[in-house]
Amino acid sequence: MTRRDFFKLSLKGVITAGLAKGLFELVKPEHILASTSNIRRVFLIDAHECCGCGLCVKACKLENEVPYESSVSRTWIERYVMTKDGKVHADATNAGRDGFTSTKIDLGMGKYKDIKKEDIDKAFFVPKLCNQCENPSCVQVCPVGATYQAADGVVLVDRKWCIGCGYCIMACPYGVRFFHPKYRTAEKCNFCYHRISKGLKTACVQACVFGSRKLGNLKDPNDPVTKTIMTERVWVLKEEYGTKPQVYYTNLSMEVR
Amino acid sequence: MKNHVFRPLLVVIGLVAIVLIARLFIVPKDFGVWERGYMYGWHRKSNEEDWKAVKVKFQGREYCKDCHSEQYSQISTTPHAIIQCENCHGPAIDHPADPPKLTIDRSRNLCIRCHSYLPYPTTIRSKIKGINPDEHNPGIECVMCHNPHKASKPK
Ligand code: SF4
Ligand code: SF4
Ligand code: SF4
Repeated sequence: MTRRDFFKLSLKGVITAGLAKGLFELVKPEHILASTSNIRRVFLIDAHECCGCGLCVKACKLENEVPYESSVSRTWIERYVMTKDGKVHADATNAGRDGFTSTKIDLGMGKYKDIKKEDIDKAFFVPKLCNQCENPSCVQVCPVGATYQAADGVVLVDRKWCIGCGYCIMACPYGVRFFHPKYRTAEKCNFCYHRISKGLKTACVQACVFGSRKLGNLKDPNDPVTKTIMTERVWVLKEEYGTKPQVYYTNLSMEVR
Repeated sequence: MKNHVFRPLLVVIGLVAIVLIARLFIVPKDFGVWERGYMYGWHRKSNEEDWKAVKVKFQGREYCKDCHSEQYSQISTTPHAIIQCENCHGPAIDHPADPPKLTIDRSRNLCIRCHSYLPYPTTIRSKIKGINPDEHNPGIECVMCHNPHKASKPK
């Protein structure tokens, strides 16, 4: 091999390697370094202030175009009634869309159980929605990169990219995901991304009559929501799953799952 | 190298090349690993913009205030001031351009979401004035006697 041949060969090698690298490129570190967001969206829910009206569920369905008559919803209200005999009764008829208007607990299959005032120890409502987990298990399992976490912590679903495999629906420990009846792709609460990115309140926060639901930015120390989370007693759901949920509750009880 | 080894090898190399070239065209340019790293941030960046572009439907009471100032100030003096106009009047969207008229929910079912009394000591619900819908004028719309913008006493 002459020196000339050697250089020619090296040049070809470098070009091929360069091309191959371009084709294989998945990780671009500059993107990861580029933005360290100064926003971390969180929710704070005061279960004492929820009156079980379900106006948040109604607003969420209309705002986010989740078919109103279908049983699925991005958010729902659970009712818990603990009786003096140590039993826990819970229901969430129609996701709580029409509110709770009777003391009768829905047992399913058209059966109801009326619970008298004298028998009640505690009774309350718990609004539920996506926890926008810091370690979202739904995102880990997505085989095509259709669900992901944005810089501000909100977990989104790409409807164009979702193949409808349902892995994420199975992986969410909170059962907040479902298939959208119209788009047939994975669907869930995204903190009303179109509203919060314009500085608006989410539809459910705005509709909530007693201010039970609040949106906050955990990276802003002056945010009243952040202050409550940092200085008062708060609770998260199913901590043991390690997903680091970012919907915080006050006035919750251990019976809530 | 012998031909019968070399040929299938070429075919395999060709297939791999086709897959890689196809990938170059199919995978969008902005599909990659973004802020939240490889495990959580692998996605099509422009999808964030797709979500931001969704139409806002509930505008909030300040949107209603200027044209409907009379109703706005009337309700402001009552306990119902904490309720958004759109909770009963429906989402404004681009009203009055689109829709020109909102569908108002005047149903008994709407009122009893809060005013059906539930004896739940550990929530705010038991502090709301309420009725038993099975006993209090069943079958009659609440708005026949009560004005929701004035609340409290029958009109
Ligand atoms: S609550 Fe479920 S869907 Fe929401 S981020 Fe956590 S794991 Fe994902
Ligand atoms: S934040 Fe938006 S999407 Fe999530 S529950 Fe509330 S209204 Fe629904
Ligand atoms: S709107 Fe507020 S008070 Fe009514 S059910 Fe929803 S969270 Fe509870």
